[in-house]
Amino acid sequence: MLNKLVVENLKHRPVRTFLSVLAIGVEVTMMLTLVGLSEGMLEDSARRARGVGADIIIRAPGTSLISLSSASMPEKLMEFFAAQPHVTLAGGTVVYPIGGVSTITGIDLDEFNRMSGGFRYLAGGPFREPHDIIVDEFYAAQNKLMVGSTVNLMNRDWRVCGVVEPGKLARIVIPRTTLQDLAGATGKLSQIFLKLDSPANTAQVLAALKEKLPDYQMYSIEELTSLYSVSNVPGLSAFIGVIIGLSIVVGFLVVFLSMYTAVLERTREVGVLKALGASPAYVLNIICRETVLLALAGSAVGVALTYGSRWAVMTLAPASLTQKIVPEWWPIAAFIAVFGALAGALYPAWKAAQQDAIEALSYE
Amino acid sequence: MSNGELVIRARDVRKVFRVGDVDVHALRGVDLDVARGEFISVIGPSGSGKSTFFHILGGLTPPTSGSISIHGKDLRAMSEADRTELRKKEVGFVFQKYNLLPTLTAADNIAIARHIAGVKDGGDRKFQEVLDLLGISHRLSHKPRALSGGEQQRVAIARAIVNRPSILLADEPTGNLDTENSAVVLELLRDLNRRLSQTILMITHNPEAAAYAARIVRMRDGRVAD
Repeated sequence: MLNKLVVENLKHRPVRTFLSVLAIGVEVTMMLTLVGLSEGMLEDSARRARGVGADIIIRAPGTSLISLSSASMPEKLMEFFAAQPHVTLAGGTVVYPIGGVSTITGIDLDEFNRMSGGFRYLAGGPFREPHDIIVDEFYAAQNKLMVGSTVNLMNRDWRVCGVVEPGKLARIVIPRTTLQDLAGATGKLSQIFLKLDSPANTAQVLAALKEKLPDYQMYSIEELTSLYSVSNVPGLSAFIGVIIGLSIVVGFLVVFLSMYTAVLERTREVGVLKALGASPAYVLNIICRETVLLALAGSAVGVALTYGSRWAVMTLAPASLTQKIVPEWWPIAAFIAVFGALAGALYPAWKAAQQDAIEALSYE
Repeated sequence: MSNGELVIRARDVRKVFRVGDVDVHALRGVDLDVARGEFISVIGPSGSGKSTFFHILGGLTPPTSGSISIHGKDLRAMSEADRTELRKKEVGFVFQKYNLLPTLTAADNIAIARHIAGVKDGGDRKFQEVLDLLGISHRLSHKPRALSGGEQQRVAIARAIVNRPSILLADEPTGNLDTENSAVVLELLRDLNRRLSQTILMITHNPEAAAYAARIVRMRDGRVAD
């Protein structure tokens, strides 16, 4: 009976119910989109790192493994690493930030092909000129590029010579020497990849290298990809926490206003219920059930909207952003939405429960 | 239809409201005995204390002083929770403006009174007879906005008696109805009183409506006048 009353109350004011559900839905989408973007982009980075085909990655001392780094390792180190037991190939790249989280990567294409098996070209082919550029399918789609197009990066024009399948190393690659010159890092590298005779020797080689070069950051690719998590990106967890906090405030305010006006509007009805013998707890129960129902409906809408936000991200900015659907976060987001909504309903519910029946019955 | 058993006993019942810095004496010593099965009209000018007396009888507010009991239970000694229990089981209200919940059907308006009282769903045969008597059996699936004033008031009466209360308090039940519907509602109240021995106290300003009751109590200046 109580559930019927709750549902009928919500149906009685469809616009208010719709707006409340939508606002809670937006709150839930904010959380799920942010988490989905964080995890999606990290997963994409991990996938591209695995796509290199290397077993070990090395970065300079004091640099972060998963954030942008400058080119500070001498190129000659590659020869040193190539000479180590079990190492069959050493390859170096230069990474240069070009705004936001986007980077441009300089590679030696022959070296990269030997290590990764090469790019799979969807159009065009390898570099022919120093200022040729290879982009992946997502970057090409986002920037409406095709083979022969010109793209301006680092204050100069580049000719697109190839469009490749995504998933290997980077979205934008240019010849290493060109990038070293432009970045003022001639003879320097940002990271070195090592390919071994067998992946089974990774731990042994890593241990030997760490002994010889203890200050360098060295990880197996497996370790590296496992480090691509939200908790390992400085400030990301805190940022997600702030957004969740804001989401709770949004849910709180929306439900507070919605239930406050609902309680005011239903003052007389609360009086009737009390005249029929409804206790304060009974009235409180009605408001809380209504709130939980709003929050759960909002959560479902929020999940659905997340598919919409992913479609928008993957359509409008597939190269800059990658959004993942995170079902494991659905119950968490719903719980947060219910919590925020109940907090918002607390005062209106208390006000309704404490309402004087005689005053309520004379309310016009 | 009185059988002599006392349902309500009120002695020197007083009620003082504080309005701003002023004490308002709404009741100044009401004395009244009501036997089981009586149908009483309470009449009197505005401000005579009729509604306040009803609110105290219905457990919506406690008296300031005096003694008042329903079936021997002293209302003055009752806590808020006790008065809530009283409203569930001992008292049924009928209001001038019907006060049906607009979001529920007529059937659900009646059912929620049972739910609040903790009665399991499923109407009994005798109550079905009451619904037939009230002439609303065919209108139960409608929401209040689809019912006429007379039908709404009949649903409100059904809701008020669904839990078999000891007393039915009707506050101007015909105040919003035309003459024809007023007569129907008043006949129904008299029928309920006669057939079910339902004790009824009805506030009215209308002498014709008051005449439906077996006894008329006049209130003036917060007291029973005669």
